[in-house]
Amino acid sequence: MIPKPFEYHSPQSLGDAVAMLQQYGDEAKLLAGGHSLLPMMKLRFAMPSHLIDLNRIPDLAGVSESGNEIRIGAMTTENQLIWSELLQRKLPLLVEAARLIADPQVRYRGTIGGDIAHGDPGNDHPALMLTLDASFVLAGANGERVVPASEFFLGTYYTAMNPDEIMTQIRIPVPPQGTGWCYAKLKRKTGDFAAAAAAVLLQMKGDTCTGVAIGLTNLGPTALRASDAEAALTGQPLTADAIEAAAQKVMAICEPAADLRGDETYKTAMAGEMFRKAIRTAMERCTR
Amino acid sequence: MDTVADQTERLGKLEGMGCSRKRREDPRFIQGKGNYVDDIKMPGMLFGVMVRSPYAHARIKKIDTSKAKAHPGVYAVLTAEDLKPLKLHWMPTLAGDVQAVLADEKVSFQNQEVAFVVAEDRYVAADAAELVEVEYEPLPVVIDPFKALAPDAPVIRDDLQGKDTGSHGARKHHNHIFNWEVGDRDKTERVFADAEVTVKQDMLYPRVHPCPLETCGCVASFDKIRGDLTVYITSQAPHVVRTVVGLLSTIPESKIRIISPDIGGGFGNKVGVYPGYVAAIVASIVLGRPVKWIESRQENLTTTAFARDYHMTGELAADKDGRIKALRVKVIADHGAFDACADPTKYPAGLFHVCTGSYDIPNAFVSVDGVYTNKFPGGVAYRCSFRVTEAVYLVERMIDTLALKLGIDRAEIRKRNFIRKDQFPYATPLGLEYDSGDYAPALDKVLAAMDYQGLLAEQAKKRADPDSPTLMGIGICTFTEIVGAGPSKNCDILGIGMFDSCEIRVHPDGSAIARMGTITQGQGHQTTYAQIIATETGIPASMIHTEEGDTATAPYGLGTYGSRSTPVAGAAVANASRKIREKARQIAAHLLEVAPDDLEFDLDQFRVKGVPGKAKSMKEIAWAAYNNVPPGMEHGLEAVDYYDPPNFTFPFGAYMCVLDIDRHTGETQVRRFYALDDCGTRINPMIIEGQIHGGLTEGFAVAMGQQMPYDDEGNVMGSTLMDYFVPTSMETPKWETDFTVTPSPHHPIGAKGVAESPHVGSIPCFTSAVVDAFSHLGVTHMNMPHSSYRVWQQCQALGIAN
Repeated sequence: MIPKPFEYHSPQSLGDAVAMLQQYGDEAKLLAGGHSLLPMMKLRFAMPSHLIDLNRIPDLAGVSESGNEIRIGAMTTENQLIWSELLQRKLPLLVEAARLIADPQVRYRGTIGGDIAHGDPGNDHPALMLTLDASFVLAGANGERVVPASEFFLGTYYTAMNPDEIMTQIRIPVPPQGTGWCYAKLKRKTGDFAAAAAAVLLQMKGDTCTGVAIGLTNLGPTALRASDAEAALTGQPLTADAIEAAAQKVMAICEPAADLRGDETYKTAMAGEMFRKAIRTAMERCTR
Repeated sequence: MDTVADQTERLGKLEGMGCSRKRREDPRFIQGKGNYVDDIKMPGMLFGVMVRSPYAHARIKKIDTSKAKAHPGVYAVLTAEDLKPLKLHWMPTLAGDVQAVLADEKVSFQNQEVAFVVAEDRYVAADAAELVEVEYEPLPVVIDPFKALAPDAPVIRDDLQGKDTGSHGARKHHNHIFNWEVGDRDKTERVFADAEVTVKQDMLYPRVHPCPLETCGCVASFDKIRGDLTVYITSQAPHVVRTVVGLLSTIPESKIRIISPDIGGGFGNKVGVYPGYVAAIVASIVLGRPVKWIESRQENLTTTAFARDYHMTGELAADKDGRIKALRVKVIADHGAFDACADPTKYPAGLFHVCTGSYDIPNAFVSVDGVYTNKFPGGVAYRCSFRVTEAVYLVERMIDTLALKLGIDRAEIRKRNFIRKDQFPYATPLGLEYDSGDYAPALDKVLAAMDYQGLLAEQAKKRADPDSPTLMGIGICTFTEIVGAGPSKNCDILGIGMFDSCEIRVHPDGSAIARMGTITQGQGHQTTYAQIIATETGIPASMIHTEEGDTATAPYGLGTYGSRSTPVAGAAVANASRKIREKARQIAAHLLEVAPDDLEFDLDQFRVKGVPGKAKSMKEIAWAAYNNVPPGMEHGLEAVDYYDPPNFTFPFGAYMCVLDIDRHTGETQVRRFYALDDCGTRINPMIIEGQIHGGLTEGFAVAMGQQMPYDDEGNVMGSTLMDYFVPTSMETPKWETDFTVTPSPHHPIGAKGVAESPHVGSIPCFTSAVVDAFSHLGVTHMNMPHSSYRVWQQCQALGIAN
């Protein structure tokens, strides 16, 4: 449980950090909250020669509103998400989900940007970002670019980020007034990754679904967006049969990896179950 | 004098037995001022790290240590070849087997110790450990103990080939360790043949790990000039460690000092002697410098002492009314690659023969076979007394099974079979003598507190509703524990009787120091031993300093495990206190110029019977012990007691659990858990309650999630706290506790021991509840752990998951 020796860097500006990334290339890793990277280093699964700590760079954390968009600094911690009054009002889905991530101590260190950029389908933010139609601001030597979440997650631990880029901000369009939400997560205990989890954002008029977004955590090589299920529900009355048909479509796209949390059959069934739970709760929270 | 208020004030000041005195240990722990092994820093101290095998079974073809030795900051790299000249490459286990200190030509479990790298600090040591090059030739792996007994199974222990006798008798197969039988086989078989009803159930008590918060470790320091060896070690039995180290090293015990400092939980994991300790000691002797070795969490979970792994088949013979006539049990016990159980020598299956439980079962027969597999060694008592957890699980599952078969209520069938109060002392068919018990009132109290009839009615209603999203389960357990090992006529470790000890010295100012052969690891000995002394001597508990764990100062004792501290050392504490009190009586008589018999002991003083106001306080007597003793009496006020218990003690309890299972996810919600414990005389109710909460929580952990799973290649799958279930406060149910008091008739203060009862009793109670949730659907047993995944699989199999 002792990492390989490494050099620690603490850049004071984004420019310095980008320059270091360019200088050290593959030898370097970015340190945000460290709750994925440091355990991997201690197990010597990850052995970077240079660790570039982003915690001293100003202005990378915080939540703000710009027009119809919420902007969250990549270094914003889970607890800061939970405590943000703005998020509680405008993006309660994110607050609900952050409360289910790890445990209170970890949430003081773990950051939204680190959670996303790690590309781990077991992390919760990737599915939430897909559900929320988020986009990510990536800073590199040639300036900034903005990548939508739908184009970001390419495989397990594999994202659209270039090795010399740093995620600086997450941008999320504010869902329409009256949108219902829920993040349903099944886990063995506090601090565990999800055996299965589903995020739902839902708009309704009367009994009819006018818009729905569904994201899935830890049910495939990347976080998943259940587009077929969304299409099947949109424009339909949300009857028990409609929800069940959608649940079948949710389960159809799952390819979970078997582990001690359960085999593929169990995890896929739980994906359906978490979806059912999430959409029922979201319906209750909808203003119609 | 002698008003009620005065008496109350003196009693309060005394803080003796029965009061909820606050723990004396807590101020230092809460303020981060504990002193654990890894806090020990010595000048020139080096750090050792184990190189471990990635294979579960492999021949070692070559070990090249040259690169590691050349690494800057490395002082030594030890392999079996280096230990051979010292004859320390193998060591004896507490179970009469031997264990490789560093792998000798082959490895037999994953993460087995292969080489020991000593460097200037733990970081250099970790880097250098990666440079040790080991060439392995993988061998076929056997994980399943039944497969291990197949004629053509791989030979796990090459060193034992040709030896058809082990330390517990004949070995019938190359992977067989022992067969142990107890009870009357023939008579039991006849009863089964004639029985009106029989039931049979296979069950696995899975391999689990005690997982103390603090991992194992030591600092060994050999002084080459003086020839002294000092070892700081996380040991539950420091005196036994001293004897073992003396045997291994040939250093006289007078030159060995073992110190157990503060210990962050033991739960049976810290009883044995591990290769890391031996390697650190050898390295210190060779290098003449202190050497520290501390396990990582993964090393702790995958190499040092597991518990359980019992494959059990139980059978009951009964009449139609559910009265049990006989119990028959067969066990295949998976001991891993080396038999390193920590049991009394005579009992290779520990005290498993308490498996007739709280019931008056006239006939019984038990057969246990120990088997080698390619898993890490152990088989220790995880918060229990030598296989009692397995025994209680078996009998409680069996009586539930019988109740189901006969359609008799599970509380009722227990009452029909309870040993009655007037039957104590009660001789069991397996050779034990229960000291005291009063089972039916305890169960009745629980049934009333939980409104059992109301629960049954609610359950019946739920079962009748096909749309109910949850299944309701009610669990019952009425257990009898056996603790306080033990009488030296039955119990020894390495030939040393399992007595324990106490030495008390009263100082001139009336304060005192007391030392015991046990060692606290969270039990609160510093608090509770002082309470016994306070009540017995009249010295206020706040004036008594207690000390354990340093073999240079404490009297010899067998240590703390198997709930033996209160039953054994606690008795020594009471007896030593009484010796002090008797001497104090003589001194008081001398001071008051009366005969000793004219005096009576009154809380904190001796007073002359019938003469109000004529008394000497213990404080005055203590002073006189150093300047004014009766003619012919030695000065001082000290006593030592070595207590060899006449029998074990038998705490008991009645537990009930109500839980709801989400049939769609398999999630279990414990609605209520009610634990009534009878541990005899209660020394500190607050500490008892804390112990019970801890034991119940660890029981919950075992029942609902703990298991050390393996894949077919012998890889340990649950080697981190992500996968090995240690519940947080979020998962842990709310506990409700209650008690009755049935003192032990043979213990000086009637105390029986408590810390393990809640672990032993709660586990079958959880299984009882989970199985009960499905019993109306024909389910009679489900193996642990009852994780959501596994419970869901049961729902799926029954077609009720969707």
